[in-house]
Amino acid sequence: MASKTRDNLVYALVWLACFAPIPWLGWNLFNGDLGANPIEALIRQLGVWGLRFILISLAITPAARILRMPRLIRFRRTVGLFAFAYVLLHWTSYIGLDQIFDWGAIGKDILKRPFITIGMTAFVLLIPLAITSTNAAIRKLGPVRWRRLHRLIYVIAPLGVLHYYMLVKADHRPPLIYAAFLAVLLGWRIWDWARKANRKT
Amino acid sequence: MLIRNAGDLTENDVTPEPIYRRRREFMTGIAATGILAACSAPTEAAAAPLKAAPWPYSTPEPKTSFKDITSYNNFYEFGVDKDDPARNAGGLKTRPWTVKVDGHCAKPGTYNLEDVLKGHALQERIYRLRCVEGWSMVIPWIGIPLADILKRYQPTAKAKFVAFETLNRPSEMPGQRRAVLEWPYREGLRLDEAMHPLTLMAVGLYGQTLLNQNGAPMRLVVPWKYGFKSIKSIVRISFTETQPRTAWQVSAPQEYGFYSNVNPTVDHPRWSQATERRIGEFKRRKTLMFNGYNSVASLYRGMDLKKFY
Ligand code: HEM
Repeated sequence: MASKTRDNLVYALVWLACFAPIPWLGWNLFNGDLGANPIEALIRQLGVWGLRFILISLAITPAARILRMPRLIRFRRTVGLFAFAYVLLHWTSYIGLDQIFDWGAIGKDILKRPFITIGMTAFVLLIPLAITSTNAAIRKLGPVRWRRLHRLIYVIAPLGVLHYYMLVKADHRPPLIYAAFLAVLLGWRIWDWARKANRKT
Repeated sequence: MLIRNAGDLTENDVTPEPIYRRRREFMTGIAATGILAACSAPTEAAAAPLKAAPWPYSTPEPKTSFKDITSYNNFYEFGVDKDDPARNAGGLKTRPWTVKVDGHCAKPGTYNLEDVLKGHALQERIYRLRCVEGWSMVIPWIGIPLADILKRYQPTAKAKFVAFETLNRPSEMPGQRRAVLEWPYREGLRLDEAMHPLTLMAVGLYGQTLLNQNGAPMRLVVPWKYGFKSIKSIVRISFTETQPRTAWQVSAPQEYGFYSNVNPTVDHPRWSQATERRIGEFKRRKTLMFNGYNSVASLYRGMDLKKFY
């Protein structure tokens, strides 16, 4: 019982940490601390948080294995869903605040601006992952198919970084830092698979 | 294009209330003497009040706030984020300041800022500024028509272009410690563009000398071109026969051309230029050809502006 309470407490803390950027952004927006162009700042912040949570969700499996803390895995779904929530808010702010539902302009942007095309692809690919995150959906799909579907994140994460890289005007260092983190996270998996494959033969 | 006659504007429209009041107290004459006094003021970074005659063709649109104009800047010499210049530009020493004038002119030389400005009357001109990134402001600049400044150096018949350079001083411009762009920042205009009566050499805004983040002590303002053409903190003016290289053209030639006129029909490869967000407003507005300064159209007669973007 005591450990159950502790589990719930830890879970609540993780949840709050994931949620914290939202009230923080809201507060800054309300106070005018997002600068002279708050809409742009808001869209950018939400995009960056989306990318960060995608990378954090990808870091959980290696962390659980390396630290020998298998129970970390239970946070993966929460972090992943928060990643989706931030990207959804990012997209909604772009549609509703930046373009103000000018569907003609939005359609053109999505088709003509490669960085938006790529962001949109990443976002669309995230949707099935979010939908299949309930226990019922996991049961219905079965673990094999569920796992195969969720490998989409290995495509989504590089698309997210590429989207960021392509929209930068001159200073490519920040997106490259994210790219480096992603390379480590994906590199670990390749190394891990290779090792397992070797062991089998 | 909105051109109102001077009768539509009063001093109060052109200058914020407190500075307007302050100015009345020691209004003496209208000349570049204000900036000369500012040059010898004791504190480095602080702005000094400037006196200027209102220009009759200023836009009557509401001005962007002083706070936004001085805190939302693209000035990569001080960092690439919009709030970096306001944060990092304080250490730039703008006195003494010399400007090298060279190339095809009768009077090349290295001049003190005071000598460049001396004898020219200051005007207060409220212009729209459109950034290539899709936002815009309305700014009450104080300056001198660039043509008046350039004529003094007597460009020769060989001078077809004017090239400008920003200060290159990494010790005071921390953004220059990384090669985000090729330093020094360079810009250029065709001579007829430089001589156009709308082209301004600004030394102040909102009734006072420029703050460092806005390009102190002297910067270009070319209101019908994207903001990056309006080069800041100028230390060199060269009259050239061939089209000069410009920083953004060197950095991404397929995205930034030499002309870079505001043009809603020619998109940046990565985003549309059809609309813009006026800082302080919520809804985007339509971008106007030449940023609404249609009188410059004659400069480009017969040119394909899709090709010469
Ligand atoms: C997985 C999906 C996505 C991720 C991870 C993501 C991430 C990002 C990041 C990191 C930035 C840059 C923030 C900065 O410069 O500080 C950004 C900017 C941007 N994103 Fe996304 N994004 C995604 C999807 C989308 C979608 C679907 C759209 C719209 C259809 C979109 C539109 C934009 C726009 C317009 C900007 C630039 C904002 C500006 O500079 O004004 N993104 N995004």
